[in-house]
Amino acid sequence: MEFIDINSRNEGKERCTAQVQAVSAGAEHRWGFFLLPLALPVMLLVVWEVLSRKGFIRPTILPPPTDIWQVVVEMTVSGELLKHLLISLERVVKGFSVGAVLGLISGILIGLSPRIERAVALVTGLLRPIPIIAWVPVLILWMGIDEASKITVIAIGSFWPVLLNVIQGIRSTDRKYLEVATILEKSRWMLLTKVILPSALPSIFTGIRIGIGIAWMSVVGAELIAASSGVGYMIMYARELSQADVMLVGVFSIGITGLLIDYIIRTVESRLLKWNV
Amino acid sequence: MSSLTQQLLSITGLSKQFAINSETVQALTDINLQVTPGEFISIVGASGCGKSTLLRIIVGLDSQSSGEITLGGQAIHKPGVDRGMVFQEARLLPWLTVRDNIAFGCRSNATNVEKCRLVDEHIALVGLAGFESAYPHQLSGGMQQRASIARALVNRPKVLLLDEPFGALDAFTRINMQQEVLRIWEAEKTTMILVTHDIDEAIYLGDRVVVMSSRPGTIKKIVPVTLSRPRDRSDYDFVQIRKEIYAEFFEQSPKPFAYAI
Repeated sequence: MEFIDINSRNEGKERCTAQVQAVSAGAEHRWGFFLLPLALPVMLLVVWEVLSRKGFIRPTILPPPTDIWQVVVEMTVSGELLKHLLISLERVVKGFSVGAVLGLISGILIGLSPRIERAVALVTGLLRPIPIIAWVPVLILWMGIDEASKITVIAIGSFWPVLLNVIQGIRSTDRKYLEVATILEKSRWMLLTKVILPSALPSIFTGIRIGIGIAWMSVVGAELIAASSGVGYMIMYARELSQADVMLVGVFSIGITGLLIDYIIRTVESRLLKWNV
Repeated sequence: MSSLTQQLLSITGLSKQFAINSETVQALTDINLQVTPGEFISIVGASGCGKSTLLRIIVGLDSQSSGEITLGGQAIHKPGVDRGMVFQEARLLPWLTVRDNIAFGCRSNATNVEKCRLVDEHIALVGLAGFESAYPHQLSGGMQQRASIARALVNRPKVLLLDEPFGALDAFTRINMQQEVLRIWEAEKTTMILVTHDIDEAIYLGDRVVVMSSRPGTIKKIVPVTLSRPRDRSDYDFVQIRKEIYAEFFEQSPKPFAYAI
């Protein structure tokens, strides 16, 4: 029996060395790892630049990337770009927090109780298909043009994906683990915090990622319709002044910020879910 | 029966019917079994004979249609920490480390100090010292099953139920784990009921081997194994008992096929 014990220890070591090898193999391919995703955007930028410079595209419609970069530098130096981005980001954080917390709580309740699900099924079924943009005029009427209406739009937008994924995560808890907890006479609270929620965590994270994506889209939508600050407002204002370059700076900064947010959430997720391999 | 007072676990007239597609299936019929404290019972039977159902009823996950089970004189109706269970899959919570998984087995009213002491003791007992902070996916199947046994034993249950615990392990690990369970049983003196389809395993471990037949699931025979431990699987008496149990399953065949390790 000692013999097999030692073997199983060795097995652990082998696994470790295998991981180390995988990591070093990754280091060798690091250049390819970074170059591959960059190749397509660089190619597109070069084609775009060349077409603009040769006069195939009118700069008033689509300025060349170098001109846009010029505006980015100017707007960064003046602090205007960051100001609008931070205002939008603040709205996203506020609205998403409200929407996600509500989605999490309702999701847990609905996920745990088929009765509650039946009770709210018609209301959620009716409200869910409404596009967020449709709420904007309604909310402006109710809450005015200030922050409250925008934050509410974002909260509604991020509520649904969080809700649905939390329900899905809770429902997919493996019966086998529930049986173990039953045998060990665990309280309902222990069952929820030690078994059901951890097992739903991967799904909850999916909801959070989709939710924050929608929150970011919702804020721009709300700002396009009615605002005096934020990236959406910046784009609309630049359109009125026919500043195509400023508009595109706004549009692309939305994309880049979204990418960064997603990256941050993925990092947190992989830290928290290191057991989930 | 004066000996009845000494019984730890007593199963009398137990039957279980399932309804599958509005058809009644008789899973267990008239099971009677008395288990004395500290005894090791092996239950052996073909798949579908209801042996796992029997364990699930004892542990309280399923309920019987008729009959009674008492543990220490108390009738059993629901799960409780006086009974521990190990399943074929280790069923460790993937998000908890080995230590936290075993601590999850502790009674809810145990103090933290008590918990830590119990957990450390049981990590050592199952030979997992040094792997406390590993996650289940980092362990081999045999080690996962060790952690699962520690989790089930950490409350010091009156009876430990093992539902084909080594069925998913390879042959070498299985024999190793059988020796481990025997060592733990001797150290802890916990009453154990093991369900298996491996006749050798049943004889190697059990004080008595309960032979179950299928459709309807019922006890066909109880074979006492009085050999001293550790048992030698090639010992003459061991082979005789194996033949006897074999005959229960393959009685119609004129000459049971040769069986050797």
